[in-house]
Amino acid sequence: MLWGVVQFPGSCDERDALHACGQAGEARLLWHEERDLGGLDAVVVPGGFSYGDYLRAGAIARFSPAMEAVADFAAAGGPVLGICNGFQVLCEAGLLPGALLLNEELRFVCRQAELVAAGAESPFTAGIEPGERLSIPVKHGEGRYFAPPEMLDRIEANDQVAFRYAPGHNPNGSARDIAGVVNEAGNVLGLMPHPEHAVEALTGSVDGLRLFEGVSRVAA
Amino acid sequence: MTVEVSRHRELGLTDAEYELVVEKLSREPNGVELAMFSLLWSEHCAYKHSRKLLRRLPTEGERVVMGPGENAGAVDVGNGHAVAFKVESHNHPSAVEPFQGAATGVGGILRDVFALGARPIAILDSLRFGELDSERSRFLLDGAVRGIGHYGNSIGVPTVGGEIYFEAPYEHNCLVNAMCVGLARQEAMVRAAAAGVGNAVVLMGASTGRDGIGGASVLASAELGDGDEAKRPTVQIGDPFEESKLLECCLELLEKGLLVSLQDLGAAGLTSSAGEMASAGGVGIDLDVARVPLREADMEPFEIIVSESQERMLGVVEPAKVPEVLAVCERWQTGAAEIGVVTGSGRVRVLRGAEVVGDVPVEALVDGCPLYDLSPAEPNGWIYGNRATLDSAAPAEETLLALLSSPSIASKRWAFEQYDSVVGSRTVRRPESADAAVLAIPEAGNAIAVSIDGNGRRVACDPYAGTVEAVLECVQNLACVGGEPLGLTNCLNFGNPEKPATAWQLERAVSGLADACEALGVPVVSGNVSLYNEGPDGPIYPTPVVGMVGELPEPGRVTGSSFAHEGDAVALLGPFAPSLAGSELAKLRGVLGAGLPSPDVSAVAEACATLRDAVRAGRIASAHDVSDGGLACALAEGAIGAGLGCRVDLAPLVERGCSAEEALFGEGPGGFLISGDRAALESLAADGVEVLVLGEVGNGSLDITAGEQALVVPLAAARTAWHSLAGRVEGAA
Repeated sequence: MLWGVVQFPGSCDERDALHACGQAGEARLLWHEERDLGGLDAVVVPGGFSYGDYLRAGAIARFSPAMEAVADFAAAGGPVLGICNGFQVLCEAGLLPGALLLNEELRFVCRQAELVAAGAESPFTAGIEPGERLSIPVKHGEGRYFAPPEMLDRIEANDQVAFRYAPGHNPNGSARDIAGVVNEAGNVLGLMPHPEHAVEALTGSVDGLRLFEGVSRVAA
Repeated sequence: MTVEVSRHRELGLTDAEYELVVEKLSREPNGVELAMFSLLWSEHCAYKHSRKLLRRLPTEGERVVMGPGENAGAVDVGNGHAVAFKVESHNHPSAVEPFQGAATGVGGILRDVFALGARPIAILDSLRFGELDSERSRFLLDGAVRGIGHYGNSIGVPTVGGEIYFEAPYEHNCLVNAMCVGLARQEAMVRAAAAGVGNAVVLMGASTGRDGIGGASVLASAELGDGDEAKRPTVQIGDPFEESKLLECCLELLEKGLLVSLQDLGAAGLTSSAGEMASAGGVGIDLDVARVPLREADMEPFEIIVSESQERMLGVVEPAKVPEVLAVCERWQTGAAEIGVVTGSGRVRVLRGAEVVGDVPVEALVDGCPLYDLSPAEPNGWIYGNRATLDSAAPAEETLLALLSSPSIASKRWAFEQYDSVVGSRTVRRPESADAAVLAIPEAGNAIAVSIDGNGRRVACDPYAGTVEAVLECVQNLACVGGEPLGLTNCLNFGNPEKPATAWQLERAVSGLADACEALGVPVVSGNVSLYNEGPDGPIYPTPVVGMVGELPEPGRVTGSSFAHEGDAVALLGPFAPSLAGSELAKLRGVLGAGLPSPDVSAVAEACATLRDAVRAGRIASAHDVSDGGLACALAEGAIGAGLGCRVDLAPLVERGCSAEEALFGEGPGGFLISGDRAALESLAADGVEVLVLGEVGNGSLDITAGEQALVVPLAAARTAWHSLAGRVEGAA
């Protein structure tokens, strides 16, 4: 099982993601100018501020050579996990439905959040039962999930909601408490909370590790 | 180019200093040279009113890898690794434009740390504002917190701790001190001294613009006053993305062994970086301003040489390695230009193409500034005001709630939730979960504890004792998580040193710092001095801010500051002698005055050692140092964090002569509130340290008895008071 973690200039959490992937297989960084994903079994688009994100978050990163390759990889059914900025990039790239807006309170927020698994099927949620709660930190300024009501109805009807914030834990005003969604095929997952920061009891919780272990199990 | 006689005064040089420049050059300086001297001879760069005092600080220790004089200090953490750290002020820029002022303060201290080859792993901030009921204070607080978050969050370095105090003397002149901690392989570390005649000087990072011209002299070395808005152009603008690329680029260059030395560009820009690198290496440097990448093509040589544009570093590179250096910079999309050469001349020469536009001896520029003796005089009593906001006849319950909701004591969650505290996967203890931040260092198989402290009000009451207390507070915070100090950094924030009362405060504070460090065996490895912190209403509280890094063997053993289990015993450990002098309660009652009890440093050190061993051995369930608001507030904080009340009787303190009020709300160094198994807590007294069992954890309220006073406060009421900061910042805004 070989993971690739995309590294853009301005990425922040790529080493943390590398560390998390390393607990569920082998992992290497994928430079933003690389187009060759040969040998990779799964890709993580990590958190951070790709290319500074002075424009809309993720708006520039989607045009990078690596993201073009990731789009092809996803179209071929390869598992792709977008975390925080990675989620924003995947939405900008059209690989996931919806968009991420400025937090309702217009401030960056960093805190431990309680998530509820919402039932979407994906390699990353394999082994996580619907209704299970996970404790995973959030940290973002633009994390308010938004989509038009019809699109929200559709992704809910399609079981594309992977995680919701537990009641009272929505940190950013996300529509219908949505914290993470998958594409229609289920192989691409994007979420604002940071599972790569929840892989060790020493630093808070181990619930995030389940997403990485899930895909390893499916791949193996 | 001719210089008008009064020009040097506008640039901040005295007539006598100007005469000395003329003497050192054996001629009148031209405009470029005058700009260079005015900046490097400013208080901010030359430390001309503090350097003599700073010689008193102990700087040596077994674990010191780099001491004062480098971009940051560094201590050995084992297994070939070092932790680099430094605290620095960005007060005046933040008072003029808080968002960019604070953001670039963070950017600057990050560069100081990665200039050594250390990857930044943590940021802490020490902030001071006027009272929260002032609109200006809320504006500055909001801007500074957003600015710190903007820079730190975007660059992927966690902000893991800090402190915020609100006091009227900071109303006009807020303080923004930022501390950065970095981790390096000692083999890959580099010093700032230029070396090797013929080596290339490469400027890396952002292009050079007109921002921040004169920041060090105009802004940082003079009092604030009317017309500060006109100084906005002297504040720099931060670009964390540029810095993120520059950081990764510099670390890669150092890891590959491509740099001889590296220095950041901060105050006074190229002038100070080139001057200090040449001075440290005993060489000269030629710089060609025509080769500096510019934002505006028509910039004058003096503007280029003093610009404080952010996100720039200066490296010395062997000629054969220049192409490889430029290639690494290209890969990181960071600017790089070979702008000069190391010479054997002992002079900094500024060229524009073939034309020499400035030529000064390094020694005169960097070390030639006259150092001044202070003229200290102890002021007559309390020179700051008093404003009563709490009736001294208020019942104990009301007093406790007033203290818990006092913005300086209340939870700072509103602020720290705006900072990424987890990036880097090292944060074992997040803000407010323990008295010190704890970061795992798997590279060395251990962890570090980090804290930053400095209660200016107490230093104002007694500069010597207050500064000793600031050091003790830091050591105590480290002890609560089992950390043993390795080294200390400090930022001395004071008013105008040319005024006798401020000079006296500064001298007494440095004496206290030196004596405390000496007694505790903690070396000072880095520091910064910020003077002229005054507004129209007078000076700030004298505010030495102390940052400390300690080591602990097993991060998994670290306890928090909140109570852990119902039924655990609660005890006071250490030589705590509470007094209302200088306390938060004295402030609320409007009865502040000069004087503090003398701290017993060795007794506190013994208590710290006992606690440290107990934490490391896993013998206690929680530890919290008794600080602002006294024992009652420490009990409330332990209870609120746990969602568990407590029932305690402070009789042992009252029996030894404390009044009920002193026992409840008195402050002073040396006290720890600990909880855990009763027999385990009592056994700590075997080391000769006092342990007084006060009661136990449990019950849905704070139930505290002290002699004739007894208070019962429901936990929910205490929680509401302690978490009132957000509502007061946002609600009133």
